[in-house]
Amino acid sequence: MNHRAIRAIYLFEMARTWRTLLQSIVSPVVSTSLYFVVFGAAIGSRISQVEGVSYGTFIVPGLIMLSVLTQSIANASFGIYFPKFTGTIYEILSAPISYVEIVLGYVGAAATKSIILGLIILATAGLFVPLHIHHPIWMLTFLVLTAVTFSLFGFIIGIWADGFEKLQMIPMLVVTPLTFLGGSFYSIDMLPAGWRSVALLNPVVYLISGFRWSFYEIADVSVSVSICMTTAFLVICLAVIWWIFRTGYRLKN
Amino acid sequence: MSSIISVANLSKTYGSGFKALKNVNLDIKRGEIFALLGPNGAGKTTLISIICGIANPSEGTVLVGGENIQTSYRKARSLIGLVPQELHTDAFESVWATVSFSRGLFGKPKNPDHIEKVLKDLSLWDKKDNKIITLSGGMKRRVMIAKALSHEPQVLFLDEPTAGVDVELRKGMWEVVRTLQQSGVTIILTTHYIEEAEEMADRIGVINKGEIVLVEDKATLMEKLGKKRLTLHLQGKVTTLPDSLSHYELDLCDGGATLVYDYDTKGERTGITSLLSDLRNAGIRFNDLDTTQSSLEDIFVDLVRTS
Repeated sequence: MNHRAIRAIYLFEMARTWRTLLQSIVSPVVSTSLYFVVFGAAIGSRISQVEGVSYGTFIVPGLIMLSVLTQSIANASFGIYFPKFTGTIYEILSAPISYVEIVLGYVGAAATKSIILGLIILATAGLFVPLHIHHPIWMLTFLVLTAVTFSLFGFIIGIWADGFEKLQMIPMLVVTPLTFLGGSFYSIDMLPAGWRSVALLNPVVYLISGFRWSFYEIADVSVSVSICMTTAFLVICLAVIWWIFRTGYRLKN
Repeated sequence: MSSIISVANLSKTYGSGFKALKNVNLDIKRGEIFALLGPNGAGKTTLISIICGIANPSEGTVLVGGENIQTSYRKARSLIGLVPQELHTDAFESVWATVSFSRGLFGKPKNPDHIEKVLKDLSLWDKKDNKIITLSGGMKRRVMIAKALSHEPQVLFLDEPTAGVDVELRKGMWEVVRTLQQSGVTIILTTHYIEEAEEMADRIGVINKGEIVLVEDKATLMEKLGKKRLTLHLQGKVTTLPDSLSHYELDLCDGGATLVYDYDTKGERTGITSLLSDLRNAGIRFNDLDTTQSSLEDIFVDLVRTS
């Protein structure tokens, strides 16, 4: 294993975060704070408790997931797309490193950023609403699993994209709607029966449900199903990346 | 001299069906400067890309330092430094950071002394803290060479190293390349500038339409294929040449003021004596003459035209 190469890519990507601190960290924290102000304080005060939890507190896991999902995808997709765009990818491809090491460097950095961001948003939320995490280990497990899985997904998008428009397309048109409809701001039990069945087709429901369970022990679906679905998505992403490197898709030809 | 790179039966067909390389066989000797010449689209960059791991071959094998580039890619690639044709750089990184990154990427432990030496050799030391975006084109090119040298490679690929570089910088680059060769690095360069190959290379390979047309020592090539040109400056302008001179394949130039005759120095007879005699018989007088050796460029153009 070429540890130094993984470290070089990881530190290079992390350095980009510190260079773009405003965009990478401050911006998501500000927008999340606005969600708290609008949904938690302004609208939330008119909504009764959800399954025994105040609305402002209820939306915290969903908001963290919203940021972690979108930032994981954005960080990882940009991380690998930018070298393709500038042409510096030649150096990665000609270096004595394996595909696994490339993925560990890029996805590791993207996931680290998302996890840091998720924890910062959690701390920010603590300023607005009282928080108690019932299962902190599970909370961290879901956070890490989601960050890694969606960083892998972002990596795939970054390889697939051959322009900035495509880079934005999947996050904007697919991931953000799925996250909003995945129960970030409500329990899917609040939906009519028909829509509830439709909502269960949304993979993000399982992530948010499991994550929320780790906070308040309330969930839309069982925790084991949440873990299985997240792991299944992780495996699918790994399989696609394995195929990408095996064939050189959009990288080597 | 042993081979450091052996290319055997290498072919590359792109998804579109375009055959970029056709059964290429090539050996690069350790320590030499090898110039790969060819017109645009001949397959130079594809060949380099495959050897360096950037593109997958369709068929054939490549050994670098005896290591197969596919089955033993770590060992093979660690021997190679690549300076691509385009100026691909991280605009917002400092020179020091980007060169250090390259060393890490190739799995080498930190060695600030080596990076310092490379930067000083390339006259980049005083720019080490500058962001790359602030550098001139020539400096960016040198940064890319520094990146390629950061991990102490045994083979350096320079793909069009002086494209778009002014004459002074180009000569500076040649000096750098010579110094590298003296330190034991094997250098493979592709170029459009024939004078560059003529000036620097030990051996020359010509590639055209995906096929290696010729590989030869530069001196041998010049000797073997070199032609000389006799130019006669006529006393008066001539509009047409008599039939008695037609078999010399003469060219009338400068509106009939000069007469040009190409001849093979290796031929049994150059034909000069009989030409001068026939000219006198035809009443064509000249007041001066000179001869010139054909350049590598002429040889290259001839090869590409006939291949």
